[in-house]
Amino acid sequence: MMFNSNKINKTSLTSSSIIIYFFIFLWIFLAAFPFIWTFWGSFKVELDFFSIANWTNAITGENTKQTYGSPFTFVGYHGAWVQEEFWKAFINTSLVCFFVVLTSLTIGTLGAYALSRSNYKYTFWLLIMALIFRSMPPITLVAGYLPPFFEWNLWGSLPTTIIVLVSINQPFTLWMLHSFFQNIPKELDESAKVDGCSQYKAFGYVIVPVMWPGIITTGLFSFLLAYNDFAVTAMLLSDENRTMVPQIAAFLGTTYTEGNVMFAVAAVVSATVPLFILIMFFQTKIVSGLTQGAVKG
Amino acid sequence: MKHRTFFWFILPTFLAMFFFITLPIISVVVQSFHTPHENILITVENCDPFGCKKVTSIDHEATKELKNEKPLGKFVGLDIYFDRGHLALEQVKQHWNNSENLLSFLSLISDLPFYKAIFFTLTFTFTVTPIMLFLGLLIALGVNAINRKLKGLIIFFSLLPMIVTPLIGSIILFWMIDSRGIVGNFLQITFEDPNLSLKASTSLTWVTLIVYGVWHAIPFSFIVFYAGLQTLPKDQIESAQIDGANTFQQTIHIIIPHIMPLITFVTLMQLMDNFRVFEPIIGFNAEAHATSLSWIIFNDLGGETRQLSAAATSSILTIIGIIILLLPVLIKTWREFDFKK
Repeated sequence: MMFNSNKINKTSLTSSSIIIYFFIFLWIFLAAFPFIWTFWGSFKVELDFFSIANWTNAITGENTKQTYGSPFTFVGYHGAWVQEEFWKAFINTSLVCFFVVLTSLTIGTLGAYALSRSNYKYTFWLLIMALIFRSMPPITLVAGYLPPFFEWNLWGSLPTTIIVLVSINQPFTLWMLHSFFQNIPKELDESAKVDGCSQYKAFGYVIVPVMWPGIITTGLFSFLLAYNDFAVTAMLLSDENRTMVPQIAAFLGTTYTEGNVMFAVAAVVSATVPLFILIMFFQTKIVSGLTQGAVKG
Repeated sequence: MKHRTFFWFILPTFLAMFFFITLPIISVVVQSFHTPHENILITVENCDPFGCKKVTSIDHEATKELKNEKPLGKFVGLDIYFDRGHLALEQVKQHWNNSENLLSFLSLISDLPFYKAIFFTLTFTFTVTPIMLFLGLLIALGVNAINRKLKGLIIFFSLLPMIVTPLIGSIILFWMIDSRGIVGNFLQITFEDPNLSLKASTSLTWVTLIVYGVWHAIPFSFIVFYAGLQTLPKDQIESAQIDGANTFQQTIHIIIPHIMPLITFVTLMQLMDNFRVFEPIIGFNAEAHATSLSWIIFNDLGGETRQLSAAATSSILTIIGIIILLLPVLIKTWREFDFKK
């Protein structure tokens, strides 16, 4: 039957399994097609990407061939990366993501370890506070950041944004690492302490080495949170310090008027490629991270 | 763990959350009760040989002094909460008196900016969440039933809509539904209506936003449910099959109860995430037809005139909204904790 095909009823390709395959492939198509279309279209000229005359132009690139002699062109990429200096945004994003992940994991691991190894009532309250903070949209905090940041001239710089992103992602990081730490038996650090380690040494030499899978998974998610953020980075970064996502949003405003939609398309594809690579290499980690919170409740 | 050790371990993360979450919340609350100072005007009489003229001008010094003295602005209590841009008490009262039935009342207040945003946010939250739960479960059941070799590939492509930056995902879909884009063009040909545009009407915009929301959220429920299905009690299903239960009956009576905790978990996460819907409105350029609470805050904060007080008030109302939304869960956590002790 449907849920354990290998056990009972080995009748191959029944009508129900045809429906299942059709349904699954429909979903895969819906999930992947937008990206394939945009990727393919990013090497075309605007008249092909948005084809009024004939939609097959988007595939064959008729107008691109007429203009550049080949159905593929890097004009959009050149325009975005060189002319509009998208490389700056790329560097900014790299810096922000690197430091956010590094800091989040460092302070998050310490905090989550303490929370998972303490049974006092304040532990519960700290976790509940983190849960409430986690549920608040980050944009609701921005009005609280702006006045002091303007006052002390902190607004617009990358370090400020990095610290803010680290802090608003802490609740999530704490919860995730906490559930990973709960899976590590307490006997492990107890026995280390019996052997004469202090709590700090037990943490550094015994717990952290076995925690790496959990730390990497959490790191992936805090990378995604920093990489994908739009609301906070758009509000806190000055124009020249913009990361990729707010830069793309800014492109949309300017390119529509200048007729350079293809710059934006190229930028969008460029910003998606790192995520693609990430899923390729860390698929199982991402899946385990998504289910981790669920399994532990 | 000793209190002392606990303190040192928790200190960095505690400080980060205290200075960049707790204090900002307090600051937002305080700001929502204050409004910026108006400029102090002075009237001076300028006299020249042709007569005297009264000139009104801004007294910069006095204004600056006032601002230095009270940097928060003028205390106005709950005034901002009740003004036209937020809860709009006066207008609501008027509309209530002027409308004959509930429906016309609702349609009248849905023109007020804040209520418009609430309506969309709630509609989005309460349509996307059930649809994504249902479709995610269907896909998980389907993938669980097919050839194992394909699963890695399926999961890879399934992750894309969720992992991709929300703003970028919505921009891509926006380009596709553009009347010159592939989906928009396709729809025009199918319905033989060259003027059909998904962007022009409010209801179609809502539908596209909800479709985007579902597309973005399905992978999450799919992955979580799929993981849950791997731990199904095999013997129960077998005995159900022997008793003649069909696939549908098995799903209702064995599988759903088994993954019920996961359904609760996904629902909770989705309510939280969908309530903050924001990026698709920017990506779809949809603010003329649909706004959300987060969008209102963003809109107040941006632009030439940063209306911090207005944004702060919207922020507080949004937080109150999310607390109401999650209250059942918080109460449940609270009870379970006490029960354990």
